[in-house]
Amino acid sequence: MAKKFNIEVVEKWCKGCGLCIAICPKKVLELNDQVKCVAVRPEDCIGCHQCDNTCPDLAIDIKECE
Amino acid sequence: MPREDVKKLLRSKFMPHIWCPGCGHGIIMHAILRAIADLQIPKEKVCISSGIGCSSRMPGYIDACTLHTAHGRSLAFATGVKMANPELTIVNVMGDGDGTAIGGNHFIHACRRNIGITAIVMNNNIYGMTGGQASPTTPEGAFAATAPYGAIDPTFDVCKLAQGAGATYVARTTVANPVQCTQFIKKAIEHQKKGFAVVEIVSFCHTQFGRKNKRSRPTDNVKWLKEHTVLKAQADKMTPEELEGKIICGEFLNVENAREYTDRYNDVIARAQGKK
Amino acid sequence: MAQNEFWQGNKAIAMGAIAAGCRFFGGYPITPSTEIMEVMSEELPKLGGKFVQMEDEIGGIASALGASIAGKKAMTASSGPGISLKQELLGFGYIAEIPIVVADVMRGGPSTGLPTKVSQADVMQAKWGTHGDHGTIAYAPCSIPECYNITIKAFNMAERFRQPVLVMADEVIGHMREKITIPEPGTYKVVDRKKPTVAPDDFIPYRPDEDDVPPMPAFGDGYRWHVTGLTTNEWGFPTNDAPDIDLKANRIVRKVDRFRDDIVEYREDFMEDAEIVVVSYGSVSRSSLRAIRELREQGVKVGHFRPITIWPFPDKEIEAFSKRVKCIIVPELNAGQMVREVERAVKANCEVISKTLINGELYKPAEIMSFIKEVA
Repeated sequence: MAKKFNIEVVEKWCKGCGLCIAICPKKVLELNDQVKCVAVRPEDCIGCHQCDNTCPDLAIDIKECE
Repeated sequence: MPREDVKKLLRSKFMPHIWCPGCGHGIIMHAILRAIADLQIPKEKVCISSGIGCSSRMPGYIDACTLHTAHGRSLAFATGVKMANPELTIVNVMGDGDGTAIGGNHFIHACRRNIGITAIVMNNNIYGMTGGQASPTTPEGAFAATAPYGAIDPTFDVCKLAQGAGATYVARTTVANPVQCTQFIKKAIEHQKKGFAVVEIVSFCHTQFGRKNKRSRPTDNVKWLKEHTVLKAQADKMTPEELEGKIICGEFLNVENAREYTDRYNDVIARAQGKK
Repeated sequence: MAQNEFWQGNKAIAMGAIAAGCRFFGGYPITPSTEIMEVMSEELPKLGGKFVQMEDEIGGIASALGASIAGKKAMTASSGPGISLKQELLGFGYIAEIPIVVADVMRGGPSTGLPTKVSQADVMQAKWGTHGDHGTIAYAPCSIPECYNITIKAFNMAERFRQPVLVMADEVIGHMREKITIPEPGTYKVVDRKKPTVAPDDFIPYRPDEDDVPPMPAFGDGYRWHVTGLTTNEWGFPTNDAPDIDLKANRIVRKVDRFRDDIVEYREDFMEDAEIVVVSYGSVSRSSLRAIRELREQGVKVGHFRPITIWPFPDKEIEAFSKRVKCIIVPELNAGQMVREVERAVKANCEVISKTLINGELYKPAEIMSFIKEVA
């Protein structure tokens, strides 16, 4: 069974720059109407951490679900 | 919120930081924190020093011994810190203007002494904080607040400068490759026992540089960096013409048997005390 | 047994620093202060201390500030243009409250001016050279033993008040040789900076004690704190909040002002019945005293007042005697700097006469004598 990941975005820290969205290979992330990043398709996340590593605001945390 | 060990290195109460949305400097800070966390260095033994400018606001966000000095002077302060307490791990962050213009003299002499400091040059090709004036790394032909007709000053190659001046670990990467940033920073921190380590991280300033040079969104800049990056192994096989305008990334120098300055100063102490 | 030496002023400054516990020196060669760094390069490693010849004057003071932040008593030295270059980082020392001692062996200026010739033209630079307000402590030694003792005191004050302290010798004092009896360790006071007594997690880096001076840990001591040249709140982080700015900006002036009486030092000679007083300092005071002794033999009622601290200025003391004297003569090797402070102190109680010499020479006793005779 494929691994599942929990994607947590600290809304207060996110500035909505969109770098995470551009880098995600599975198009998991989108900006909401508050211009904050949200995981709209978390089930597609493969846990590559590219969004997390790229986030200039240190706002994203990816954890593997138990 | 980043991973737990990285989060512990942050002064979270000051977040979000002052940098613009999408600023490459945030990517570098994140990479530095991952490197320190991976190396498991106790934070009370870490000194983060900086000068003045956007890049130099970084120490304020890091929960360690942090030293925000005057414009260009960070490496001279750090030299005193290191000599007074060689056990400290010093990560000195500086911008292109801070490190190679006003602080250029301290930079080359820290290289020459081979003192155990890790210098991260956050090169965004511009003076960001003061409003986008041209720096020593603003490419020829690029526009800046003080180069309204295009810059004519030739640029510094920070890595060649560091090698020529005597640094013993020299590498370059870009913020488009955060994993490599962490990898090189880790090696540069470990190299402190052997001497002065320089990692040039090509960043970007979409607000000041990008706005005037058709790369006004963060994503434009990351894309541009990826398109213009050439790995050192590839670059070695390319002609100077082919390399024009490219960013060569990789490790340029890693002298394994170098001797660090404070270690060499112990010889001076031994000689002065008649023990050698 | 007391050890006697025949030392140059610059050597005495260096050896005094070491006696005070200085274990780091960063500097750059410049006439006429270079011998201080030469002596440091030889003596510091003998004691396990560190010396570094930096790439420029700014690097010299920057490295000294860095070493102090990492817990060592640290020093730099310079002259003329070198002191001008160090001004920005003197300001850093004042605002970030980092103890260091800066020796300024004064030479003629402006700019390169007179590298090998004497001057006292840094009096005002010492007080107003860096931008922004701060308390200033600056000493002007007039003899080789005083170079030694005053440098120890300068370190003590730097450590007590957590700020840069200046030792303002001049070219004559720096290069003159004279007998000095080295005081035995234990016969003089050595002050070390206050360390925090609370646990690192409870530490508020810039919260002052009752004396307006916050305790200072060293990098590496286990405390994590932020040092910056920006104006900060008690937590040491930058602030734009007017009440926080007010606290910090005023405290770094007040912490020296309120202990002014502990700091101010001066010497009086032949003052009891003096009708004319010469106020002079550093090398000039030696010519003045010689002239005054001779005139006293001739029955002229002339006295000498020598500020040892030129900052804080001994204004109250000068005001006190100005009420009972006819006139005050202020000979100095500049175009008239300290005389302004004397005039301010005197409040027109008596006449104040400025005598200035800026040709690179030292006043001869005969010249001072003639100044006194003009008014006697």
